[in-house]
This record gives sequence, C-alpha cells and structure tokens, in this order.
Amino acid sequence: MPSRREVLGAGAGLAAVVTVRPARATPERLEAAIREFAGEAAAEIRAGRVRIEVPPLVENGNAVPVTVNVESPMTATDFVRAIALFNERNPQPNVVTARLGPRAGRARIATRIRLATSQKLVALAEMSGGSVRSDSAEVVVTLAACVEG
Amino acid sequence: MARVLITVPRTARPGEVVEIRTLIQHPMETGYRPGASGELLPRGIVRRFVCTWNGEEVFRAELFPAVAANPFLSFTAVATESGTLAFTWAGDNGFAQTETRTITVAP
Repeated sequence: MPSRREVLGAGAGLAAVVTVRPARATPERLEAAIREFAGEAAAEIRAGRVRIEVPPLVENGNAVPVTVNVESPMTATDFVRAIALFNERNPQPNVVTARLGPRAGRARIATRIRLATSQKLVALAEMSGGSVRSDSAEVVVTLAACVEG
Repeated sequence: MARVLITVPRTARPGEVVEIRTLIQHPMETGYRPGASGELLPRGIVRRFVCTWNGEEVFRAELFPAVAANPFLSFTAVATESGTLAFTWAGDNGFAQTETRTITVAP
C-alpha cells in the first residue's frame, strides 16, 4: 500500500483524480533539500554572512515579503554563486533558488512568498570558493496561505 | 500576455549597481488548492526567470509553488554599457513571456 507521500510524488497529474491531503514538509525534507543544494559542502554549512529580512509576525501568509542579503564583494574572484531559500512546513521545502555572478553587483534578492503556517525559513548562499553560509528566521503567521480548503 | 511591472532606472553611471524590480501577473497555482468541486486544481506556476543585459545573463531564478501569486523578484545588476535588458519568464502549461527595457549608461 503506497504511502500518501508516494501517491503525491507519483505526479501532480493524478491529484485531479485522487483527492488527498497534501503531505506537509517536515524538518527532514527541509534537511534533504538543503543537502541537495549544498552538495559536497553540505557537511560544512556555517551560519553567517547571510541575512534573511522578514517580518517576525505576518497577518496574511499569502504574500510575505522576504529579502535575503549576503555580504560579498561580488568581484570576479569572490562572489555569491547562488542564493536558495527554504521553508520548514509548507508542502515543499524549496521557495526560490537564484543564480548570480559578478554581473549582479550585490548579492541581494527580494520576493514575496507563501507560508502555510508559522515556521522557520532557511537561506543558503553558495560562494564562488565553494563554501555555503546560512541564516534562518522564524515567522509567525496569523492567516495561513490556503493549502487545504 | 500577462501584465508586467518592471522598474529599471533609465540611466546609470558605468559601474553603478542598479536595482531591478519585476512583477508579472500569474496565479502561481500551487497544486494544493481544491477547486469548487473539491478536486485539487493542477499545479501551474512560473518556474524560471532570467534577466540578461545585452544578451549576457545577470540573474536567474528558479521559482517553486511557495512563491506568492503575481511573482515579485527584486535583484541588482552592474551597469556596464548602454543597451537592452531582457526579462524572460517561463513555466507550466507552456507559459513564456519576454519583456525588454533599454538603459543608457553614461558617466
């Protein structure tokens, strides 16, 4: 008997036929997504140089403004290759993954995200030298983004 | 064609880091939302965004369902030379749209 997670994984196309409660991301899936992004550097992720700017309390989880800022000179030899934002409790752990380079000038991205419930956000920055730095932030959500009707 | 809002300065000095803000009208249907009949509406989101400056890529992003509807992306780019910035969004159900803006780079 396949687990709910396997049924969902079988394809979103089946979702129209089978009405199932979506599996929620768990801390384990968050860890797995972080490992997948960091690759070989996954064991040595250190906090620092990355800063998540997000309100600690949001009224509406449907459009939460988030900025991720990474300290970096963004020169040809020392720059941020990628910034990835993850969440802990939405159905999927990834939020957005940005690819940058020296042409970006600054390692700073801003977007608006959906949060299904109060949870932790994690941002990772992969540096040109191969290291990965991180930051995390807790957000309390008053009105969750609609996941189950 | 989905409506877009793009904020790019019209002029910049060489070497200046300019902030670019983009927004495109798109529901970003997550695939987790039930429709009126109770069945889940299929996922349909913008998945990729690329910005190029005279053809050279300056920023790229991969979007997931957790990005809010009418996806907003703000990033920066170094002003090297005058020319055309191209912004391309692509996603599910063959969604694809490109917009361009010109910028003058002079001291």
